[in-house]
Amino acid sequence: MKSMKNLLIAAALGLASYASMAAEHQDKPVRIAAPFEIKGTDPALSGDILLRMDVVETLVEVNERAEPIPALAQSWQVSADGLNWQITLRDNVRFHDGSPLDAAAVVKSLNTARSKAGLLDKTPITAISGEGLRVTITLREPFTPLLSVLAESRSQILALASWDAQGNITRIIGSGPFILTSFQPPQSLAVKRFDDYWGEKPAIKAASYLSSGRAETRALLAESGDADYVFNLDAASRQRLARKPSLQLPSIPVPRTLMLKVNPGDTLLAEQPVREAISLAIDRNALAMAVLRYPGAASQLFPPNMGEWHNSALQPLQYNPQQATRQLQAAGWKMGADGVLARNGQRFSVTLLTFPDRPELPLMAMVIQQQLRKVGIEVKINSTNASEIPAQHHSNRLQLALFSRNFALTPDPTGTLLQDYAEKGGDWGAMNWHSAGFSTALHTLTQSTDAAERAQARNLITASLQQDLPVIPLAWYQQSAAINSKLKNVTLDPFERHFGLRHMEWEQ
Amino acid sequence: MMIKLLGWRLAQAVFVVLAVGLLTWFLVQALPGDMAWRIASGRYGYDRVDASAVARVQQELSGSLQQGSALLHWLYDLLQFNFGRSLVSGEPVMDELRWQLSQTLALAGTSLLLTILLTLPLGIWAGCHANGKLDRALFWLSALLKSVPHFALGMLLIVLLALQLDWLPSAGHGELRHFLLPSLTLALSLTAVGVRVVREATYQVVTSGYYRWGAQKGLAPATRLRRHGVRNLASPVLTWFGMQFVWLVEGVVVVETLFAWPGMGHALVHAIFARDVPVIQASAMALGLLFVLLNMLVDAGCYLLDPRGARA
Repeated sequence: MKSMKNLLIAAALGLASYASMAAEHQDKPVRIAAPFEIKGTDPALSGDILLRMDVVETLVEVNERAEPIPALAQSWQVSADGLNWQITLRDNVRFHDGSPLDAAAVVKSLNTARSKAGLLDKTPITAISGEGLRVTITLREPFTPLLSVLAESRSQILALASWDAQGNITRIIGSGPFILTSFQPPQSLAVKRFDDYWGEKPAIKAASYLSSGRAETRALLAESGDADYVFNLDAASRQRLARKPSLQLPSIPVPRTLMLKVNPGDTLLAEQPVREAISLAIDRNALAMAVLRYPGAASQLFPPNMGEWHNSALQPLQYNPQQATRQLQAAGWKMGADGVLARNGQRFSVTLLTFPDRPELPLMAMVIQQQLRKVGIEVKINSTNASEIPAQHHSNRLQLALFSRNFALTPDPTGTLLQDYAEKGGDWGAMNWHSAGFSTALHTLTQSTDAAERAQARNLITASLQQDLPVIPLAWYQQSAAINSKLKNVTLDPFERHFGLRHMEWEQ
Repeated sequence: MMIKLLGWRLAQAVFVVLAVGLLTWFLVQALPGDMAWRIASGRYGYDRVDASAVARVQQELSGSLQQGSALLHWLYDLLQFNFGRSLVSGEPVMDELRWQLSQTLALAGTSLLLTILLTLPLGIWAGCHANGKLDRALFWLSALLKSVPHFALGMLLIVLLALQLDWLPSAGHGELRHFLLPSLTLALSLTAVGVRVVREATYQVVTSGYYRWGAQKGLAPATRLRRHGVRNLASPVLTWFGMQFVWLVEGVVVVETLFAWPGMGHALVHAIFARDVPVIQASAMALGLLFVLLNMLVDAGCYLLDPRGARA
């Protein structure tokens, strides 16, 4: 029985280490469960979780209209040529180790972020320097979405003691209203209230975070009362949990769109009428109701909650399979004996790539497969690793890809659009597609501060995406959560920046 | 004899280190999909991975992961158990492994303990009363339990014990009570087979000539089982338990994901998806060595239980 003994000793050691962690907090902590895995201390990897948990802060915050508002930066000024940004830091901020916020910490944090893959490394910055409470960012060319990039989680500001001698970030010393008490990648972390916080102090004293990749597990955590705030529910669980009086189930529209990426470089998909026929053949209402279980049919790429980016003047995308059939016939496609269209001996058979990380995607792919089959298009589904989509984009083998795209990676979607719809296309956007004036319009948005000029550029962008369909928008998302009814002042953040810990309160 | 046995197992351990190391190296290279893409997607998530992130990963990889002479260099590091840093998290692999292994061992240990507590009394009773009511009931019950996948069994237990009865937390880790549901899930599946093994071993013993002779010389059933039964049936049962470790690790992968448990099975699956070679190698090696160690302990246990092998 020696092998058993060995294991039992190991088990006992494991148990002992737990017992010591248990009774640390007196006041009831808010237990959060969400799908995001904690990867490590590097802000480029898990910075978003630390920002969501209010451990770290950025120079700039955003209000509900996605406008930049001061956070660690008290104010900012741009030179007339748009190349020089002067940022003045708040003078009453202390990091969790007691050190004051100064330009040195900001310069080090931002330069570290610039050295890694992200958005800051794509920003035309030539230098970041500073002294005392003033930071200067010098640009090669004007870049109006700069504040939006500075608000992104990877641009978080850490204290200088966070870096070790080799220049790696080994500790997370932020300035947020909560301080880390335990950090246990990949699954959990815990925070408590930081009493020297510069802003309004939160009501709750402590919180914990559990990463749980399975939507079913998260729903069960909410249902059994083992988590107070469960982020991101699957459709079936949401309907079930709605019947529980001990839970509140808020949901809000978020700037995330489900879309079908089309490769116009492929001979089958090169013609606009054919892409439009695919769009016409998909019943978006049925798709959204069947899989997402809320009315989320997309009539254009940008959902109405994206403010000025939603162009209400556009002709909405329609479901009209008869029209789809007519357009395919006009393009020379004839129904074959096997029920699949053919032209010059070539069958209309395409491969659709998707991935199961978001559980609704493979289901949606199957619904699309059936709907397109009705107009004679054969779809083969390949549900694989998410990285296969950008990889096949670059090897030019991709035909169709189904995924959802978050337009609020930065509060201002221009940054995301620059990545996705630039001249050469983008991994999660257009491919082999070029439209007159489109790139110029995008460029205008990064340079100009003139409201009329910007509006004109936006209209051109939204109209040409709707007309050419380099990606076919299918559905707009809603974010949902299951929250303990005793927890008050809980709001869902449409930009997915915060869980809202600093505003929460336990009902007395 | 014992020394020879240990020496043989030690040689096995060295072989495992080399074989697992080389196999993971070549197998990971042979997996479909571009490695740099997978690593970058593991690091930054599907919303943020793009070609420029991949280019950076490729740059890092070209320095550290080249075929040929690099393989020898890497083997040298390997023999010193120096796995370097994870390609995804950038943390030292040994630090990650130590934490995850302790979590998995704690879970596997609790499961084995529960299994033993369930299996031995039930199996011995069923073996002593072959074809009785309990024996027949157990036959069907174990077939049923074994055919339910871990994932479904775990869900059923959550629904029953966490939602309906509200006795245990549904998932999570950090406290003692979090152990029970995942280890019960594993233990029930193990017990399904274990009970049959113990029952068979017991049945073999109680129907043997020497055991019946024990009755003839007038020993009470309990005394007879203790004197002539336990040691004889212990040997096959111990061997079987030792082998279950491999199975436990397989089960742990699903159970850890379901119960949000920060263990090695969960980490290994993620590492394979993200092509995190150092983590895959270190985990595979730790599992391989554990297997050798357990076999060694089982051998030693069997040797102590049944020293006849030494005399032969």
